[in-house]
Formats: sequence, structure tokens, C-alpha cells
Amino acid sequence: MKKLIAILSLALLPLTGFSSGGGGVHLESADIDLTDEAALQRGAKYFVNYCQGCHSMKYFRYENMQDFGLTKGQIEQNLIFGDHKVGELMTTGMSALDAEAWFATAVPDLTLTARLKHGGADWIYTYLKSFYVDESRPFGVNNVVFPNVGMPHVLMELQGVQEATIETDEHGNNHVTGLKLVKPGRMSAEEYDGVARDLATFMAHVAEPMKLERQRLGIWVMLFLLVFFVVSILLKKEFWKDVH
Amino acid sequence: MSFMTWIDERFPATKVWNEHLAQYYAPKNFNFWYFFGSLAMLVLVNQIVTGIWLAMAYKPDATLAFASVEYIMRDVEWGWLIRYLHSTGASAFFVVVYLHMFRGLMYGSYRKPRELLWIIGMIIYVAMMATAFMGYLLPWGQMSYWGAQVIINLFQAIPVIGDDLSVWIRGDFVISDATLNRFFALHFLLPFILAALVFVHIVALHKVGSNNPDGIEIKKGPKGNRWSDTAPADGIPFHPYYSVKDIAGVIGFLIIFLAIVFFAPEFGGYFLEAPNFEPANPLKTPEHIAPVWYFTPFYAILRAVPSFAGTQVWGVIAMFASIIVLFFLPWLDKSPVKSIRYKGPIFKAMIAMFVLVFIVLGYLGMMPPSPVATLVAQICTILYFVFFLAMPIYSKMDTTKPVPERVTK
Repeated sequence: MKKLIAILSLALLPLTGFSSGGGGVHLESADIDLTDEAALQRGAKYFVNYCQGCHSMKYFRYENMQDFGLTKGQIEQNLIFGDHKVGELMTTGMSALDAEAWFATAVPDLTLTARLKHGGADWIYTYLKSFYVDESRPFGVNNVVFPNVGMPHVLMELQGVQEATIETDEHGNNHVTGLKLVKPGRMSAEEYDGVARDLATFMAHVAEPMKLERQRLGIWVMLFLLVFFVVSILLKKEFWKDVH
Repeated sequence: MSFMTWIDERFPATKVWNEHLAQYYAPKNFNFWYFFGSLAMLVLVNQIVTGIWLAMAYKPDATLAFASVEYIMRDVEWGWLIRYLHSTGASAFFVVVYLHMFRGLMYGSYRKPRELLWIIGMIIYVAMMATAFMGYLLPWGQMSYWGAQVIINLFQAIPVIGDDLSVWIRGDFVISDATLNRFFALHFLLPFILAALVFVHIVALHKVGSNNPDGIEIKKGPKGNRWSDTAPADGIPFHPYYSVKDIAGVIGFLIIFLAIVFFAPEFGGYFLEAPNFEPANPLKTPEHIAPVWYFTPFYAILRAVPSFAGTQVWGVIAMFASIIVLFFLPWLDKSPVKSIRYKGPIFKAMIAMFVLVFIVLGYLGMMPPSPVATLVAQICTILYFVFFLAMPIYSKMDTTKPVPERVTK
């Protein structure tokens, strides 16, 4: 039996190389910390200021920001701009019709982006840092992580303007090989990385708000089961003593 | 008159308890592989219980379904846990059932007199696949939608009636609210049919008695053990021996199962696929559509068969045949012995090849097609069928070892 398993696993080895290739660009590590309440609060601030004008988080309620240390009063005063109540979902003020007219596409909801995109928070972090000038696009910018993205670089005033070094390969396809800041924004590169990281942290939290709670509970469940497992094995041994 | 006597005169409670538990004699040499039957029942109960609670907040409506799942995840008390138990349970169900079926394959549990037991089990497996397929549409994510689209389109390949049949299944010309509604109704119904089939499976099992790793009929062996003079000498009462042993199995299983639920509910995108975190969009086809892992071996077979004579129906036939062929297993195996322990090198090589082929097909079914992958899938598809269709020949010519009189440790 053991020999059989060994042979089988050896035979399966070549499969591991099968899936390589494709997959696209290299993502930078956002190195987020879901327990960092200050980062989550800053992320929420950036989101409602810069993103929520167009993007909803329609499965997430404002009041759930209490999970990272804000009070209802703080949320109402600082993070709700329209006539929303604190218990309501974070929808956007932009109507679907306007979105269609202005962007020629529906604007995606961002509640679950961190779970939808391959790379999660790292994808968001890298995406926010990867806009570059491309006059052929309707908003004058393109994105390395999300080629031909349909939105402007909303955080440009913070980050500044980036230009891309583009190389053409033998098949005539263009590849972005590097990004260079040509006009600085209001923030230093380090500060802007912080903004991108805070947004990635906030969006990762919103995508699965119960993540820390489930991991915390999981530890206790595992400890209980391990103890119970020992008891059940001893019980089995006791009963089976007389079976020969 | 005791309470139980009063009951027993009106309902055979003690009789049933004895016949199926306290005086049901199971072979004493069950090994690790014999945990998966009871585990499959446990997972079925988990699916039914968590499923009923999910249904209390879920909305089977194309405009509301996706949001109602997120509502369950966020606003329903413990909703996230109930949902993860259900979504992980779906995959766990297939894991334990595949292992349960493989146990039967190794020890010849489908052989006479257990042919019907095996066939009832196969019906359970097919019903389970239907249940899982319909359940996967309910979250109404992109992969839910397009996965269902691909599978239902298969029926379109059937000549003459194909188009009408697929419309009849969907209740519409495309997957729509009508499809979602009926899939919800059937997804709610089927588990109870499954439970009834499991009952029939156990009735059949207790009629013929359990097989064991040696493939010996303990009922035909010597009689008399510590509990009864007429019971098989190699049998022990299911309760308390196997009930206690299965408790340990259940806890061992729960450690792995709940570790996934609490620490990796997406299981790297295999149990919850990333594209399903986006609501179904009938106008946007995902670049790569793959069914959930437990269907991928059959999906790979489907894609491996090229279309010819102007129709793609051959792949569909091959896919359904790959499942139907399992029903005939009891009559394909002509070996004089049941268990792999006493079978010869040919059978061992064939079963090793079959496992390999099944895993490779499962892997290829998840990958986007490429010329190399298709070629490998075609070879594997042929080998898959060779394992079954050549079995009457190789199982007969294979050497065997002598089977002992009594079960071994």
C-alpha cells in the first residue's frame, strides 16, 4: 500500500509544472494587518472620500465600522456624506444610468473585490500604484495590473503622474517594464504606499469582516476537538480490549 | 410492565435496535477505509441541517440571490459559519464518498451478493451530483451561472430533442430566474430523497452483511462468538464496538473539516471559487469556466472527445458513459477473489493506473484546454475506460493468492 502511494505521488509530480505560465503581472506584497485599527480607519476614510463617489460597497453597513474601533457618532459625523443612516448599506450616489453614460460600463461594487481578484489585498495595493499616462485611453491613464481599465486615476492628486517604459516583444505585443514618477503629487512615494496599503486593508476587511473572528474561534474549536479526539481514542481502546 | 415492553408491543423499537446495531455482527477486521460510510452520513446530515438554516434567509430570485448570500454572511447571526459549513460540506461529501467508493473498489465490496448494494450506492452518487450541481447555481455568482450554462448546454448536443430538452431543463432559453427557482426547489427536495436512498442502502447492507478487507464472507465461516452461538465467529456487534470506533473517526474527520471551515473556507479557490464573488452577469463570459473540483474528471472526459460527424454529442456520451460504466462493475470483475489483498499484480497495477488517471483527469478538467492537455486527457480517457471494459479479461487472467478461512488482522 505504502509503495503504491509512493509510486502514485511520483507519477503525479509532472503535473505541478503544468499550470505555470500566464497569470499576468507580478503583484507587490501589501503586507496588510487586519488587526491594525488605525489603518482600517484611514482606509475607510480614503474609501468614502475617493472611491464611494462611483463605487458602492452595497453588502457592507456603515455601522459595521464599529468593528475597528469607531463609534456610531464618529462614523455618522466623518464617514457618511449623503443622507444615509448609520445602519444602512454603503451604496453610491451615482446612478447606474449615469455610470453607463459616463463610463460606458457598470461600475463594479467593491465589497468583495479582495476575494474576487487573484492576489486579494496585494492585487488592490499593486493596482492602486500601477496607473500610468496613456493618451489613447478615454481618461488619459491605463493600468499595468488591469489593462485598459475604464476609470480615471482618482488618486493622481496624491500620487502624481507616472509614465511607463514600454517594450515591444517579437510578437509585436507591448509590455510595461517599469513605471517612473514624472510629476510628483501631494504625497511622497512612501506616504502614497501607505494610502494604497490602508485601502487594501480596509477592502480586505470589508470582503470578509468575520475573518479574524472565525480564526479566533477556530483555535478553540481545534483545541476542544483535539482533547475530545484523545478521549474518543481511549474510549475505543477500552471497548476493544476484548476483541481478538 | 416496563416502558420498553409497552413500546415494543406497539412498535419494534428493541427489535430494530438489536437487528441493526446491538446484534448486527460486522466483521472485526475493518480498517481505516471503513470510516467513510458513517462519515458520508454525517456530512449528509450536516448539509441538510445547515441547508435548512440557509434557506431561512436565502432568496431564490435572480435579483436578490447574490445579495442574500452576503446578507447571510454578514447580518445573520452565525450565518457565516452555517454557510461555510455548507460550502465546505459539499466538497467534504465528495471527498468521503470518493474514498468510500474506492474502498469498495479495493475490497470487491460490489461483488456477489452485494451487487444491489453497489447499485443503490451508485444511485446515491448520481443523486448527490445532481444535488451539488443545482446547489452550485444558488449563490448566483459568475461561476455558478456559467458553470450551469456549460453543463445544461451539454443536453443541447443530443440529436433531435436536444434543444427542447435544454429549454425544458432551464425553463427558459437561457439560465434565468426560472432556472434558479426550480434549482432551489429541487436542491431542497433531493437531500431528503438522498436520505431515503441512504436508508435503502443500509437495509441492503444489513441484508447481505458487510464485506471486509479480506473479502471473506463471515456468514459462511464458522459460527459462534462471545455474544451468540449462531452469529459468525469473526463478527462483533456493531454497537458498541463500531459505534465507539466511528466516534473516533468522526472526531478525526471534524478536525480536518473544521480546520478548513475556520482557517481556509475557500480552500485555495477549490471549495469557493474566486469568480463566484462576483454576481452572475449573463453578458460577460468569464475567460475560463471550470466546474468545481468534484466534477472535473468527468468534465475532462467530455472535453477530450473530439466532435465528429457534425456533432459534439460523443463527448457527452463519453462523459455519461464514464459514470454509467460504474453501475456494471459487479459484473465486470471476474476475479475468483474479492479483495485486492489476494488479487494479483495485474489488478494492482490497473487500480493504481485508475487512481492516477482519475486524479490527472480531475486536474486537467480545471485547466484551460491546450493541445498537450487535450492529448493527455484523451489518453487518460481511454485508460479510464480500459480499466472497466478490459476488467472481465484481466481480472480473469490475473494470478491470485489463496484466501484464508478466517479474517486476518
